[in-house]
Amino acid sequence: MSTATLARPTTHDPRHTTQPSHLTTALAWASGILMALSLYAVFIYAPIERTQGPPQKIFYFHVPLAWDAYLAFFCTLIGSVAYLRTSKRSWDVLAYSAAEIGVVFTTLVLISGSIWGKTIWGAWWAWDARLTSTLVMWFIYVAYLMLRSSIGHTTARAARYGAVLGIVGFIDVPIVHMSVTWWRTLHPQPTIANPAGPTLPGSMLATFFLCLIAFTVFFAWLLRQRMAIEQLRHEVDDLSVNILESAP
Amino acid sequence: MAEAQHAVALKTVSSATNELTPLARSAAHDSRLPTPSGPRFLSQLGALLWKDLVTEWRRRELLTSLAVFSLLVLLVFDFAFDLRSAEAPAAAPGILWVTFIFAGMLNLNRAFAIETDRGTWEGLLLAPIDRSAIYLAKLLASFAFMLAVEVLSLAAFAAFFNVPADLPRLVAAVLAGTLGFATVGTLFAAMAATTQAREIFLPVLLLPISVPVIIGAVKATGQAFSGAPAGDYPWLGLVLAFDAIFLAVSFALFEFVIED
Repeated sequence: MSTATLARPTTHDPRHTTQPSHLTTALAWASGILMALSLYAVFIYAPIERTQGPPQKIFYFHVPLAWDAYLAFFCTLIGSVAYLRTSKRSWDVLAYSAAEIGVVFTTLVLISGSIWGKTIWGAWWAWDARLTSTLVMWFIYVAYLMLRSSIGHTTARAARYGAVLGIVGFIDVPIVHMSVTWWRTLHPQPTIANPAGPTLPGSMLATFFLCLIAFTVFFAWLLRQRMAIEQLRHEVDDLSVNILESAP
Repeated sequence: MAEAQHAVALKTVSSATNELTPLARSAAHDSRLPTPSGPRFLSQLGALLWKDLVTEWRRRELLTSLAVFSLLVLLVFDFAFDLRSAEAPAAAPGILWVTFIFAGMLNLNRAFAIETDRGTWEGLLLAPIDRSAIYLAKLLASFAFMLAVEVLSLAAFAAFFNVPADLPRLVAAVLAGTLGFATVGTLFAAMAATTQAREIFLPVLLLPISVPVIIGAVKATGQAFSGAPAGDYPWLGLVLAFDAIFLAVSFALFEFVIED
């Protein structure tokens, strides 16, 4: 291949540089500082819970991880609906990147929950409503990633199928949750979003909200990074198509 | 140009089944792209459903193999859990639904694979018919085939294992559960049909999504076997709610699945 054909598509586009944007850098710093503060709050500031002891501290990571996972799948829903309406690639990039991050966070929720369950319930796993529905949610979005990778995930068809599954999956999650709640339940009742007000003491609550904010900022940073990578991957695909077409 | 395409498409479809007079007639009236309303939509739906039923009636391949498959699954379950014991009524709903779901997935896979394998899928897409009519026709055909196999499995199950059941409630549970499974299944089968490993993909996509149907249908079937009152948990209501929600969602999303 001649250097002329290689040189042609590399016209500089200021929108797609490999340098991170100011917002991404700011998010990276913010999440680093907030994470350090949360670690201090979790391990030094917050008191040790009386009945559960130190293992209770898993709570400060477990619940924000679950929050991030739901947030990620909500972003997938938004991206999926917007993609089907507009056919704009950037919405699909959002949906796919968020789904991948969501699967990672759901995996971490399941693992951290298992460790907590082992110390408190004495078993790694219980077929309780919330565990079961989280596992089902994990399977739904693993299927999403598998489906996309099997049909070449930068293609328009992969984007459409992904969007359909992103919508159906998100609608299904609350129905799965309701059905397994009727089926059986063992998980602790909500201690934060309790109608009679939170049942945690103030210092624990403050630590929890700090962790929640830290993980939300961390999620925003991860999502922006993942979307930038995905955008680059699309550009690489476009460039290789250009090169193939312009080759003699 | 469009007329020529439609003509070719109709020819492709009719040569595949030799039985498309209603569809050809409805298209001949008006060659503009149709809107999904009124008797036109119904006649298209009827023609598409008729095509699937006639194709199956002439081949009798799918239903025969699904029937044999279901009986074999029941046989395997008998070996796995010795069903002569008093445990049979407790295990019955689970055994039945695993059989229905396995057979149902094979059935759904064939619904679209049969079109892509014989090259008639493009014909269907080019034909001047509404896309949602294709979805509903495939859904109804799969639903009918699944019910036919389920009736046979239930008869065999009753004969083999002598489990008493409350028939109207059993029928309601089977109908509602099968509809829910076929509703999402038809949407996903259309997606899986275009992937390389479609036999694997349909269960991977469909099983987690249909967890509410599986729980609800197994519990409702269990109540039909145990004779317990419908009581605290409206299982049948859960399945019917799932049916309604996903019928609407799949109906709306199907056009994006086949937009090629």
